[in-house]
Amino acid sequence: MIRTLGIVATICGVLIVTAYEGTLDAVIANKKIALERAVFKVIPGAAKVNEYWASPTGVAPATAAAPEGGVKFYVARDAAGQMKGIAAEGAGKGYADVVRIMYAYDPARQVITGIGVISMRETPGIGDKIYTDQAFLKNFEALDVKLTTDGKALAHAVKVVKHGTKQNPWQIDAISGATVTSKAIGKGINDSAQKLLPYLVPNLDKVGSK
Amino acid sequence: MAIPGQKIPSNIDELLEGLWKQNPVFVMVLGMCPVLAVSVSAVNALSMGLATTFVLVGSTLLVSLLRNVIPREVRIATYILIIATFVTVVDYLIQAISLAVYDALGAFIQLIVVNCIILGRAEAHASKTPPLRTVLNALGMGAGFTIGLLALGSVREILGAGKLFGVTLFGPDFQPWVVMVLPPGGFFVLGAWLLLFNWLKTRKPQAAQPAEGHVHGA
Repeated sequence: MIRTLGIVATICGVLIVTAYEGTLDAVIANKKIALERAVFKVIPGAAKVNEYWASPTGVAPATAAAPEGGVKFYVARDAAGQMKGIAAEGAGKGYADVVRIMYAYDPARQVITGIGVISMRETPGIGDKIYTDQAFLKNFEALDVKLTTDGKALAHAVKVVKHGTKQNPWQIDAISGATVTSKAIGKGINDSAQKLLPYLVPNLDKVGSK
Repeated sequence: MAIPGQKIPSNIDELLEGLWKQNPVFVMVLGMCPVLAVSVSAVNALSMGLATTFVLVGSTLLVSLLRNVIPREVRIATYILIIATFVTVVDYLIQAISLAVYDALGAFIQLIVVNCIILGRAEAHASKTPPLRTVLNALGMGAGFTIGLLALGSVREILGAGKLFGVTLFGPDFQPWVVMVLPPGGFFVLGAWLLLFNWLKTRKPQAAQPAEGHVHGA
């Protein structure tokens, strides 16, 4: 009995390893394409993407292991290597599951210039308005994420407000009927920007061009 | 299934069993969890159907080849190990083919392990049948499952999103019937298909024996 089980387990092990080795390259290539697509969607005109870590010790290309407290961000460049913008991921708890988004950051104006949804399981027809509702997407054309003068945090936390009550450029006007999903995006951006920007802004010159 | 006195079915019958007579979705009503959950669009339904077919064919073939060496006491554990192996393989394959489909199917790929159609086939069929007939039967069952999923997926996508395989079918005035892509819609469409299939099945014997005086549509 033990010998039979051993044989079966060996066959299964060989099958799994073969499948893993055989698909690994394609999976990595797919992940890269998916990442590029997500970045290019929020930063038009970009041609390639470099990954970086931002941490209390500065920024470094994401070829090495993650530094302690590191936050990943992506620098989008055009074909000539000029920086077109910076993108980063945010995630917030939505109605059904975590909503993961990619947002574009414009370092010159210190604003967020666009968002794209990476993954979500929100209710079709309600929560998915976050990428179809044009009025909601207008919130992210110039969402204010300026840092305080000491550069330790955002001057104004990104906040989701009730539909129709947006007054300041750091507020997000929620979608009426999809408040929970709207709030997930606001929280995702806020959590990510509060961590990333204080590390990133002092080191912007290091990722400027390459 | 070679029960004494019963005619051994031909290879064609083996293949057709899962497509019609024992269709896993419409007749046996097995594996309803993935059927209802992933059939929100035709693409998802097709991918899930193909993934399940792959696991079904692979695992039943292996079970059938090993049917004389697997000890009876640990047969279920062995089947689960074999099925889990093929699910892991298909998991990697889907990731390599399309990450979008992988994200859309989510946990339901891993949950193929506990799909009762597969364990049911391994125990009831593959463990007593030679490899060729097992593979034919598994192919039929897989195709039947895929067709069932597609039947649900296309109806739900057409009604709930106005599309089929991602192609918009109607003009801009079409109001999507959103409930159809929500969980209740899955039950509505499944109920409607089961109704249709059972009606077709009960109608046939009546039509064959008109002499008994059955009123049509009774």
